[in-house]
Amino acid sequence: MTSSDYLNDIKEIKNLMNKSSRFISLSGLSGIMAGVYALIGAWFARQELGKLYATKRYLYEGGSYAGSNDITIKLLAIAAIVIILAIVTGIILTQRKARRNGEKIFDKSAIKLLINFLIPLATGGVFALIILQKGYVGLIAPVTLIFYGLACVNASKFTLGHVKFLGFANITLGLIATQYIGYGLYFWAIGFGLFHIIYGGLMYILVERTAK
Amino acid sequence: MSIITNINKAFDHRIRLGIMSILMVNEFADFKMLKELLSITDGNLASHAKALEKVEYIKVEKQFIGRKPNTRYSATPLGRMEFKKHIEALENLIKKSE
Repeated sequence: MTSSDYLNDIKEIKNLMNKSSRFISLSGLSGIMAGVYALIGAWFARQELGKLYATKRYLYEGGSYAGSNDITIKLLAIAAIVIILAIVTGIILTQRKARRNGEKIFDKSAIKLLINFLIPLATGGVFALIILQKGYVGLIAPVTLIFYGLACVNASKFTLGHVKFLGFANITLGLIATQYIGYGLYFWAIGFGLFHIIYGGLMYILVERTAK
Repeated sequence: MSIITNINKAFDHRIRLGIMSILMVNEFADFKMLKELLSITDGNLASHAKALEKVEYIKVEKQFIGRKPNTRYSATPLGRMEFKKHIEALENLIKKSE
C-alpha cells in the first residue's frame, strides 16, 4: 500500500462516517425559497396590520376592538401558509438532491435530523401559543426566533454542521428583538426571510456548486 | 518496523474499515443499513462482519422486530480503541511519507 492508498482510506472513512450519521442532502435552494415565502408572508401581514390600524383610528371613539380576533386568525393563517409552503418546497428540493446523490430521503439519518429539529421547534411553538393565550403578543416574534435558532443548532449535529450558524444568528436576533417589542414583524422578516436567503444562497454557492 | 506496528491487520480491508467507521459514529447499525451504505452483497458483508466479531471488535445481536429477524451491530470498547489506534497509525504513515 502506498500513502495515497492510506489517504484514500481516510477519505473513505470520513465519507462513511458522515453519510451514516448525518443527513447531507439538505438543499440550499429550499432555504432561499423558505426565505422568499417568509418575506412575502411578512408583506401580507404588514398589509393586514396596516388595515387594522386604519380601522382602529376610524373607530377610536367606539373602542370596539372589532377586528382583533379576526386579525389574529388572519396572521396565523398567513404564518401557516408560509410554513406549509416552505416545508413542501424543502421536501421536494431535498428529495431531488437526495436522488441525485443516490440517497434515500427518509433514511435513518433523516429521521434523526427531523426529530432533533422538531423537539425545540415544537416546544417553541407550544410556548408561543401559550404566550398568545396570556396576551404577551409582543414576545411572540422573539420567542419563535429563539426557539427556531435552538432547533437549528440542535439539528446541526445531524446534518451539514454549518446550520448552527443560522441558529446562532436567529437566537441572537430573537434576544435583540425582546428589546424592541412592537417591531416583531420586521425581526421575523429578517430572521426567517433575510437570514434564510443569505444562508441558503451561501450554501448553494459554496457547497452545491463546488460539489458539481 | 515501529511505524507499522499499530497498523491493524483486522482493519486491513476496505469493507472492514467501512463497517468500523459506520459503527464508530452510530450506536447501532443493522445489516440492511450497513449493506446499503457500503453497497456490497449479503455474503460479503456477513463474512467481513464475522471476522470483526471473531476478534471482538464488534458485537452482533440477533433479534426479532415483529416477525422479521433483525441483526444489529455495534462497536465494542476494544474495537473503538483499536480503530482509533489504527487511524492514528494511518495518519502517521501519511505524514511520514510527505
